[in-house]
Amino acid sequence: MSQMTKTTYQLPIGPIHPALKEPVMFKFEIDGEKIVDVDVELGHVHRAIEWTGMQRNPIQIIYLAERICGICSFVHPMAYCRAVENACNIQVPERADYIRVVHGELERIASHLLWAGVAAHEIGFDTVLFLTWEMREKLLDLIEYLTGNRVTKAILTIGGVRRDIKPENIPKIKETLKYFKENYKKLSHVFLDDKTFKMRSQGCGILTYEDALRLCAVGPTTRASGVKKDVRADQPYAAYSDLDVDYMTPDKLTGEINGDVYDRIIVRLLEVKQSIELIERAIDQIPTGDIVSEPKIPKLLNYIKKTAGEGIGRDEAPRGEVIHYIKFDGQNEHPFTWKVRASTYANILPWIPMLKGQQIADISIVAASTDPCMSCTNRVTIIDKNKKYMLDKEQLHRLSVEKTRRLMR
Amino acid sequence: MRFSMLGPVFKQMFKKPWTNKFPAKYQPNNTTKYLGDVASGKIKINPPVPTPDGFRGKIIYDKEKCVGCKLCIKVCPCNAIEFKENEKKIKIYLARCCFCSQCNDICPVNCLSMSDEFLLSNVDPYSKDLIVE
Repeated sequence: MSQMTKTTYQLPIGPIHPALKEPVMFKFEIDGEKIVDVDVELGHVHRAIEWTGMQRNPIQIIYLAERICGICSFVHPMAYCRAVENACNIQVPERADYIRVVHGELERIASHLLWAGVAAHEIGFDTVLFLTWEMREKLLDLIEYLTGNRVTKAILTIGGVRRDIKPENIPKIKETLKYFKENYKKLSHVFLDDKTFKMRSQGCGILTYEDALRLCAVGPTTRASGVKKDVRADQPYAAYSDLDVDYMTPDKLTGEINGDVYDRIIVRLLEVKQSIELIERAIDQIPTGDIVSEPKIPKLLNYIKKTAGEGIGRDEAPRGEVIHYIKFDGQNEHPFTWKVRASTYANILPWIPMLKGQQIADISIVAASTDPCMSCTNRVTIIDKNKKYMLDKEQLHRLSVEKTRRLMR
Repeated sequence: MRFSMLGPVFKQMFKKPWTNKFPAKYQPNNTTKYLGDVASGKIKINPPVPTPDGFRGKIIYDKEKCVGCKLCIKVCPCNAIEFKENEKKIKIYLARCCFCSQCNDICPVNCLSMSDEFLLSNVDPYSKDLIVE
């Protein structure tokens, strides 16, 4: 009998799988229970949003941007509106900036609570899922009260916001924030002191400080590794410069940084607390004035149509930095280019060092710990003769060379 | 801490459920009969959670006021509004509407408004209930 060679096995997981609610394909190299290597394949939920946007006028795109992601339904249109304001040099009134902060932070709390529930569900602790989502329901009620609908808020417009926070709305906001402060202690006690969470999350899915820097991770994922990176503090937008935002790293609570799943839970819980404080401060400091710079929409559209220029909108979404780029050529109403970079795109590569060396059963909690959102991320898919493929750098280079030759002929 | 959730779970047993049982507390045996009884007034339905002010539901269209300027068609993100050339009035397909109320904002004569009606699901996207004209 010939000698057995030492070999690893391949384990494909996905695109539809139990770990995440959205399609992404993992290809694992498995040695027993241990993950030796991992490859991630994307591109199952491409929806051609950017192309659709390039056929529409700037006001129509706001609602398209809102539907890039169901959870970040404020941050995407916010980044888009800021890109247009940057390109066309539109000044936002100060009151609108404060209202934008309030809605942005409400969305951050909703997203982090949703994530906390999903993380608890991934490790099989479904009681906590219901505890967090009960809290989230209170928040969605407040969002519905302020904007009209629970998820798709339709609150933003180019140069301001569409609905004001009236003085009679403030008691309800304060009441909900009080409820959150009371329940925050209960929530953090369950997440930080419970033995089940500690067993599954401590020392699991470690992303080191160096890896986080090298792979350009964003948002809570990178802050859990100790990298001080937050757009709200680095390049303050809206009213964040008046509100004094601090970087939330896990050493604020425990005094040490491990970069594991437990630290990512801590960062998100600290950010929920920070968001509650930010909303309180924003409501106390809110100035009086207009909420939109140009209320007449036909006039605004006409102005944008005549303006040539390009702009960038950077925003701190609950998952990290989101960038929108837009270019107008000054002749057409619809934009010449619109490019979206969602935060999960930067958080995909950090999965590889996180997952290496882990066990198969840890895949779901480690993958979920970056709060991935696949439908935000998918941007490029080329379909040619019913064959779908993604372009990489070499193929793009080859196509470029072919085009040059074609033109030279 | 091993059983940190035990307290909240026991408390929950004595609390009222969060869910509002709309339209009926239990699934009726015969849905058609139930709907018929509701229509004739024999049974009362469990009321839904009240909608807040500024809720964006089914669009109300005041045809008399409309001047046919087509501005709402220009800003509608889902192309849900159609222009009737000979009448110079509009027709809104609610099956395509995303309820952003942008048409309400841009209308120069305020002939469009949002109601609080939200029970709009239908098997036919072109049924009479889902077309506002």
